Amino acid sequence: MTRGGAGRTAVQCVLLLNAFLVLAPMAIMGVSAFKSTREIFQHPFALPGVWRWENFARVWVEARFALYFRNSVLVTIASVVIVVILGAMAGYALGRFRFRGNDLVYLYFLSGLMLPIRLGIIPLFILMRTLHLLDTLWALILTYAASGLPSAVFILTGFFRTLPADLDSAARIDGAGEWLIFRRIMVPLVRPALVIVAVYNLIPIWNDFFFPLVFIQTDRWKTLPLGMTTFFGQYSADWGALFAGLTLAAVPVVTLYALLSQQFIRGLTAGAVKG
Amino acid sequence: MRTSRRWWLVFFLGPAIVLFAAFITYPILSALAFSLYAWEGIGRRGFVGLANFARLFATFPYAGLLVNAFWHNVLVFIATMLLQNVTALGLAVLLARGPWGARGYRVIFFLPVMLSLVIVGFLWALFLNPVFGLVNKVLTLLHAGALARPWLGDASTALLTLIVVNAWRWLGFPTIVFLAGINAVPEEYVEAARIDGAGEWAVLRRIIFPLLAPAVTIIVLLTFIGAFNWFELPYIMQGVSGAPNRATDVLSLLFYRTAFGEVDTGLQDIGIGSAIAVLMFALLLGMSAVGAVLLRRREVELA
Repeated sequence: MTRGGAGRTAVQCVLLLNAFLVLAPMAIMGVSAFKSTREIFQHPFALPGVWRWENFARVWVEARFALYFRNSVLVTIASVVIVVILGAMAGYALGRFRFRGNDLVYLYFLSGLMLPIRLGIIPLFILMRTLHLLDTLWALILTYAASGLPSAVFILTGFFRTLPADLDSAARIDGAGEWLIFRRIMVPLVRPALVIVAVYNLIPIWNDFFFPLVFIQTDRWKTLPLGMTTFFGQYSADWGALFAGLTLAAVPVVTLYALLSQQFIRGLTAGAVKG
Repeated sequence: MRTSRRWWLVFFLGPAIVLFAAFITYPILSALAFSLYAWEGIGRRGFVGLANFARLFATFPYAGLLVNAFWHNVLVFIATMLLQNVTALGLAVLLARGPWGARGYRVIFFLPVMLSLVIVGFLWALFLNPVFGLVNKVLTLLHAGALARPWLGDASTALLTLIVVNAWRWLGFPTIVFLAGINAVPEEYVEAARIDGAGEWAVLRRIIFPLLAPAVTIIVLLTFIGAFNWFELPYIMQGVSGAPNRATDVLSLLFYRTAFGEVDTGLQDIGIGSAIAVLMFALLLGMSAVGAVLLRRREVELA
């Protein structure tokens, strides 16, 4: 293999081809969202004759995407906030307090990294039923928050441990209370780690399909991924609407990614790359 | 003073422990226990020991379904390793040479990883539609119309098609992990080898690939876990029964159907469902343990 111009061109060809294979399906999805079903069938690669924004309006209002979006946003924000707050509190205790059983509690949380909670879905379903939480967003929020804790505790305990030891002792001598030390001194110092924890949890929770499938029955409480299965059943003949629905569902994630791609790449591969 | 400190500890740790214990530890431990009881609907009956496992492994229809689904998980793992991860390694090697636009390619390749599998599954189901789908139209345009077929409807191509769609979604992930691994190889090693007259291929084979072992172990492990938890894509594209004719049935679908009931056969048995869950636990934990040991051993070798 040479390092000359021919080699470089070949490398560019391979990379370009792969970029094309990634982007072309998404571009076709986005363009088809503006077409009529007939246009999609007859001229699949052409631009729409008229750009039909009404496909989106139909999906947003009639197909209840507005509702599914609201539920997804509520569930995702609530879960991530709980994971970050409880994870930071637990990580602080485990990283800064010396007490008997510290290692044991730490390992207890870490065990959750290995155990796929989906396999506990039957008892979890029965538990939610007993608590009268089935068919509510709480069933999802509690499940996501709990399953986000192991990685959050792991990341944050590590961060709290690296902070210098005199930091809290100095504050304590100055007479600051525990909550004040935690909230005003410690949390600001681990802010980058809090962002990593939030990013690590955000996308998997937003995209999750399994738990809504099991917990949610009523259309009113469906999140976007589950709502989309209902939508695809109802609009199966209206391909313009189907592509508009897919595009609408992809837009928030793609936009966020466009703004923060480096953070997402780093955040989502955090567990695998650190090694 | 000491008591107040203890109360603060409870305050900081308590909520996380309670949440984790109630919604993770308790369900997982109960799943193990559930497999040892007989069930009627969601009502628990008597203790039956390992009878559920015996029925799962040895009686109709469970034994046949289990073997069929398990075999498909194995195929998904192997095909994904060969198709997706080998491609990812190749792309990572190319990106590591620092070609023009490497940063942009990195961002583009990772993009599909962000999309929910529900979007990916439905999008490709439309593209793969036998009559109106793009895939067959592209084949016709490329004068390969003879290859056009109902990819998802034909039992001989359905599973492989799903694996390719899955690879389309995930490819960027191993690519980034491998790329980070290659970039972590100290520059001096590569320089030294070049000075000794090593060609591109020799540098890759003798320096880069051996030092990439930890990244490879992680990707193999994650691919295994992903393959044996495979659920969303087959569910979205082929339905809960693994159409056509169970050609895309996998353990998670079988587990879901057994636990929550199947529309067409009405088969539901929480005992057997829990037994399947225990089996999958054992598989995943076993593999994770093996992976962790391998990883540690390789880290020692490097140090």
